[in-house]
Amino acid sequence: MDSNSVVSWPRMPENMDGFGFSPEQSEEVHVLAVDDSLVDRKLVERLLKVLACKVTAVDSGPRALQFLGLLDEQKIPSETNGFVGLKVDLIITDYCMPGMTGYELLKKIKESSTFKETPVVIMSSENVLPRIDRCLEEGAEDFIVKPVKLSDVKRLKDYMTTKEVRGESQDREGINKRKLLDTSDIVSSSSPPSVSSSTLSSSPSVIDSPIRRLKMTSAD
Amino acid sequence: MDGIVQLQRQLVDYTASLFNEAFLDDQFNQLQQLQDESNPDFVVEVVTLFFEDAERLLNELTKALGQPSIDFKRVDAHVHQLKGSSSSIGAQRVHRVCISFRNSCEEQNVEGCLKNLQQVKHEYSLVKSKLETLFRMEQQILAAGGSVPR
Repeated sequence: MDSNSVVSWPRMPENMDGFGFSPEQSEEVHVLAVDDSLVDRKLVERLLKVLACKVTAVDSGPRALQFLGLLDEQKIPSETNGFVGLKVDLIITDYCMPGMTGYELLKKIKESSTFKETPVVIMSSENVLPRIDRCLEEGAEDFIVKPVKLSDVKRLKDYMTTKEVRGESQDREGINKRKLLDTSDIVSSSSPPSVSSSTLSSSPSVIDSPIRRLKMTSAD
Repeated sequence: MDGIVQLQRQLVDYTASLFNEAFLDDQFNQLQQLQDESNPDFVVEVVTLFFEDAERLLNELTKALGQPSIDFKRVDAHVHQLKGSSSSIGAQRVHRVCISFRNSCEEQNVEGCLKNLQQVKHEYSLVKSKLETLFRMEQQILAAGGSVPR
């Protein structure tokens, strides 16, 4: 390509300026982080940058949808809802946010034709099993109990695969999720619905959260 | 040189006391691990954000609990936010009071909420003072040409 040739990208709406989105397709893993807490956004952003990820952090579900081009008023007549050339390898979102919860955001993403294959990870400060089940049933890749640690984020690297690899493993992954849900139903009935996060945060092991334990056993 | 070693020893002892007295938990260690040459002020930046967030939320809580008719849902939302940010920086004692505070909200216990508000304000001011001292000690070591022991 000539050095003076022009590549045209779809025009971003004016209110997208704050996102600092560059349409260049880089090989760098791009993560969209969604959290209404500035402290948690800063923490998650740093954790991901340690793993050499490019991070876009937004403070709400609607802002995330706006960035992805999935807000109703942004819909264009073409088949795709999202922006052409917008590369997002993973979306990590808080569950409890004002206005739109992480679960509602997850549903919107999974309904879209462009980003339905993009892995979505939910973070929550509460380890509530019915909530976890609901998110996994809706297509969430994982559920992390806050506070987020480096070990949690390292695990996310597994989900940041290319579309082709993700496509190949889709059936197998579906079985894992179903198996996980079956197991968690048993756990739900035999244990209290919620584990206080104080007991979790004091424990050193990553496997101490029931969901992580289930996720690991189901993947074996 | 002896002066730097002494400052470093004081810092190590002081940090240990913050963990022993449960002001901080392992999450604070996690923050420190994320600090490096490319991001030398990460911990101070995150903790400063926590201070700003906590002070805003404590003001909101004071206002909300001063109303003749208390909106417990709103109070709980503020406490939930404070619980989350205190947990993320490892402010263990603030986090613990927030758990108790949320229970009072659930029970719509005005007296319990007011008691917890005073307690969370107290724990917050303590941890703020302790962390500011910790950061000051680190700055002294760096100013003297030493490195902060981890």
